[in-house]
Amino acid sequence: MTGPEGEEKRKRDEAGRPKLSYDDPRLEPDRLEGERRRLDNTWANGRGLIAWISDTDHKAIGRRFLVTAFGFFTLGGILAGLMRIQLARPENTFLNPDQYNQVFTMHGTTMMFLFAVPVVLAMGVYLVPLMVGARGIAFPRMLNYGYWMFLFGGIFLFVMFFLNTGPDAGWFSYPPLAGPEFGYGKRSDVWAQLITFTEVSGLIVATCLVVTIFKLRTPGMSLNRMPLFVWAMLVVSFMVIFAMPAIVISSTCLILDRLVGTHIYNQAEGGDPILWQHLFWFFGHPEVYIIFLPALGMMSEVIGTFSRRPVFGYVEMVLSMAATAFIGFGVWVHHMFATGLPQFGQSFFTAASMMIVVPTSIQIFNWIATMWTARPLRLTTAFLYMASFFFVFIIGGLTGVMLAAVPLNRQVHDTYFVVAHLHYVLIGGSIFPLLGGLFFWFPKMTGRMLSERIGKASFWLLFVGFNLTFFPMHLLGLEGMPRRVYTYPSSMGWQGMNQLATTGAAIILVSMVLYLVNMIVSLRHGVLAGDNPWGASTLEWATSSPPPAYNFSPQPTVASREPLWHTELAPPAIVGLDRGTREVLVTYLLDAEPDHRYAMPGPSLWPFLAAVATSGMFVWSIFQAVGVVWGSIPVFITLVGWFWPTKGKEDLEHGVHGRLSVSESLS
Amino acid sequence: MTAKSVAALDVSEIQTYAFGHRSLMWWGTACMMVIEGMVFAMLIMSYIYLKGRVPYWPPSGPPPDLLWGSVNTVVLLVSCVPNALAKLAAERFDLARVRLWMAACMIFGLAFNVIRFVEFGALNVRWDSNAYGSIVWVLLGFHTTHVLTDLLDTGVLTLLVFFGPMDEHRFVDVSENTMYWYFVVVSWLPMYALIYFAPRIV
Repeated sequence: MTGPEGEEKRKRDEAGRPKLSYDDPRLEPDRLEGERRRLDNTWANGRGLIAWISDTDHKAIGRRFLVTAFGFFTLGGILAGLMRIQLARPENTFLNPDQYNQVFTMHGTTMMFLFAVPVVLAMGVYLVPLMVGARGIAFPRMLNYGYWMFLFGGIFLFVMFFLNTGPDAGWFSYPPLAGPEFGYGKRSDVWAQLITFTEVSGLIVATCLVVTIFKLRTPGMSLNRMPLFVWAMLVVSFMVIFAMPAIVISSTCLILDRLVGTHIYNQAEGGDPILWQHLFWFFGHPEVYIIFLPALGMMSEVIGTFSRRPVFGYVEMVLSMAATAFIGFGVWVHHMFATGLPQFGQSFFTAASMMIVVPTSIQIFNWIATMWTARPLRLTTAFLYMASFFFVFIIGGLTGVMLAAVPLNRQVHDTYFVVAHLHYVLIGGSIFPLLGGLFFWFPKMTGRMLSERIGKASFWLLFVGFNLTFFPMHLLGLEGMPRRVYTYPSSMGWQGMNQLATTGAAIILVSMVLYLVNMIVSLRHGVLAGDNPWGASTLEWATSSPPPAYNFSPQPTVASREPLWHTELAPPAIVGLDRGTREVLVTYLLDAEPDHRYAMPGPSLWPFLAAVATSGMFVWSIFQAVGVVWGSIPVFITLVGWFWPTKGKEDLEHGVHGRLSVSESLS
Repeated sequence: MTAKSVAALDVSEIQTYAFGHRSLMWWGTACMMVIEGMVFAMLIMSYIYLKGRVPYWPPSGPPPDLLWGSVNTVVLLVSCVPNALAKLAAERFDLARVRLWMAACMIFGLAFNVIRFVEFGALNVRWDSNAYGSIVWVLLGFHTTHVLTDLLDTGVLTLLVFFGPMDEHRFVDVSENTMYWYFVVVSWLPMYALIYFAPRIV
């Protein structure tokens, strides 16, 4: 085709417009039934292990992310239990100092990098495409790759831990302790490389979510009609994109210092270990909000649903989340008050840290207003988890304001006061809402309800156990008990409160076991949920539970923020998407007018192979620097295989009945 | 279920591809550019931070030779021309010209990477000499990783336009490839200024 002919073609193609019609025969029940059968076949993943590995369904990958993250949560919890056993008595010898170092480092690293961030992103992966009314997620193969990188990274960390090479310099791995001078063996390399795995995975998921939210919203869902959870995930994805590069750099430089003899953090040769702290916390503080903001989004959905009214102050909620994200990038130095920075800098970061209270408070007051005007409020288990936020998180927030003040911060730096604060913030601000959110969306994911009775028992046990474990830590910290010590002499008088904390940990264990039992039992014997068991307002409840592989047929459009509560508006349904390919409707960014149709790629084994190759390169490189060079060759080959297009793939009809063979999955 | 919709929005006649900010790929590439732009920003910040820690910069030895770095900057800037032409041709589905200009892009990319090899030698410092040497090597190394991966990426795409199955989406890919190359070029300019002139000015 020559230039002028090409321009003609583009004009012709771009002239096609969507058409609105009434009484379209394609919306008749019989036709829709046939359409669904056809879509089932097109979007089906096939059976067998290969097909399972190759899956590109965001719901399957989201579920895997969730299950894997909770697997790591269990491991991290066991590590916490080991610490609590060790600290239950003074001068205990259950763990030796070296083991204790590894255990607390592994606990922090696992909970932050292998649980908290992946689990909130996983909720987004599962829910966002459904909430925006899309048939799939953007870049599904990348997403699959991101999942495998996450899994392999976690396996790598725990294998090294069981080989007595677990990282031991704390979850923020400060040099010089983690540097070549004092960090012996491969332990800190393992930590730094685990970070690489998780940041690859996190950045990929963030990109998929941003593009899905920007471009795959169903017609009518302009930005100001997006559910608040979707807004939260959008803000969080941007935070991931802006924050994670800082730790890409810091961990790469650490590994270079350790492996090829650079001096970035080496004071003696003009480097500076404080640079590590700046880079790490420029990532590390936003990380807290990355964990926390999705939980706020879940709170809004659940509180709105059980108050049976839209959340009060939609615009303020959105602006508050955005403001939290912005200010969250300007407070990192409050982690470094003990490093002796200039007074002026300290004052600035104190002010910024106190300012961040404002947007969070706005959201809290808006939720209170929502519940106050509920018609009427329903006290379900999911709601209780959200309500506990108001108690637990606010305590954590208050100690946070205290820690923002330099004098107090210096006094309790590196004590159990900080441990108490961060657990109140992270567990109160994220884990309670997350468990509530899981309770809320479990029926959508599985088609069955969880037991409210066991749920409430498990909630109250967690609430009591949590406060019993972590409240005494405030007092221990004020009495001067330093964090990260493997034991303490009995003359300090810390035994009683430590035993209280250990007892609390045991109660948390019971509550978590109950939660798990509830899930396992309900998977088989739970009450059938139906499409919308809670009477919620957002689009994920407009499809069956669990949703079909293609999410919606016909794809709905929306005319309000609460499409399921405003059915009298009856916006048009989408017809005319191709049934033989995995076509989605791409819309414009601001107002979500229909733009073009786009066939999503189907299942492929290449992302898995690329993840295997990348993992091989990462692991090799911490033992030999040339691993980067030679290891990148298989990565390149698998990526070429991945991106090389094939004609006629869309016609491949392995369908629901067939097994996907290796050759098919590589085509 | 939602109430029965009375109306239908028929999308069967709209197009199945789009260029520029309308396409998913454009946004994916944009996200990647932001991520990598932040990586470069963090590195530049680290460079300036380390520079402030010592009285002399470079702490010892001469600054990097100007010649090869400057030659390479010119090569990069000129390489925008074949890239722009490839993009233009792609957006008109002009396969012959796409082939021509993609091949030209490849030649520029190769030349750049060869000169980059020489450039490392002309830095006049080793990565393990001191913190100055480390950060300069890391800065240049990160940028090289980008040019190298983009070269491989362009290489695969060039092979594709010559031998692979073509459809509209490949032309969109060519268009996005150019956008990413612009990013690699633009992000080099502050790094060039820093690496070659920061040690000379102060």
